Amino acid sequence: MRTRVFVTLKPSVFDPQGTTVTDALHTLGYASVKDVRQGKYFELDIDASSSDEARRLASEAADKLLANPVIESYRVEVDTR
Amino acid sequence: MKFAVVVFPGSNGDHDSYYAAKHVFGQDAELVWHKDTSLGGADVVILPGGFAHGDYLRTGAIARFSPIMQAVKSFAAAGGPVIGFCNGFQVLLEAGLLPGAMLRNRSLHFRCEHVNVRVEQTDTPFTSQCHVGQVLSIPIAHGEGNYYAEPTVIDALERNRQIIFRYVTPAGEVTDAANPNGSVHNIAGITSETRNVVGLMPHPERACELAVGSADGRVIFESVISVVASRMSRSVPTAVAAGVGVLAK
Repeated sequence: MRTRVFVTLKPSVFDPQGTTVTDALHTLGYASVKDVRQGKYFELDIDASSSDEARRLASEAADKLLANPVIESYRVEVDTR
Repeated sequence: MKFAVVVFPGSNGDHDSYYAAKHVFGQDAELVWHKDTSLGGADVVILPGGFAHGDYLRTGAIARFSPIMQAVKSFAAAGGPVIGFCNGFQVLLEAGLLPGAMLRNRSLHFRCEHVNVRVEQTDTPFTSQCHVGQVLSIPIAHGEGNYYAEPTVIDALERNRQIIFRYVTPAGEVTDAANPNGSVHNIAGITSETRNVVGLMPHPERACELAVGSADGRVIFESVISVVASRMSRSVPTAVAAGVGVLAK
């Protein structure tokens, strides 16, 4: 089951890369882009019998490895198609 | 006494650490492959600089799962002195042996230069021969050394005197300009609550001979050699092998 995990820096954590991308977009003329936060995206193909199970496994993987809870938070999406 | 230098795939400061321990200080030293499960009876453990496991996912994130890390954790739990230089510090953070995490440098630049760090505390095995306020000129070489922890964690570090090195001016003042990476409170190195585990971004192992620009890093090695030697002289060898003993001076 295709499961997506989005990892981003917590709102309270300064994101130097996101700030630099914001500046670059402003240089390109995209003044309407107020802020950019850069993160990581994972696609997990999980052998699970239900979307709940896939979500639980992906969350566990994020807690233990994909995200560092000191600086990052994450969001899980399960493809139900 | 014996130093164990852990070698991860991607380590590049392993031989610098080995050279310092073995040839500058004349101690027994061994390179220990990350898939090994024993530290070979070492008295001091060094996690070297570099890019363990290619820094994949996050710096130090995969190294935490290397088999040798179980032995490092047991050694640390028994009170054995463990130090991580640069990437070794990042591994200690990801392994949970030290609190906090590293962010990309504020400037986004990989900083490779000599910096000044001030010794804040001397009651760790790696700073026992320093004096408080001593300024050391030691090189850094990192892209992700921007130390971060929640404000409550930083408060606890300050309260427990766990911050042992800060980036400063040559005169020893904490300023924003002297901070090469944006670390909170100019933190360059910290110690565990038990004070036997130390991590720092600078590379004292690359500052042990004047021929390479500075010998200010020597005092870090001299400190731990002194602490371990005095412990050996007053305890039975088996106790030393188990890594027991009070480390605070």
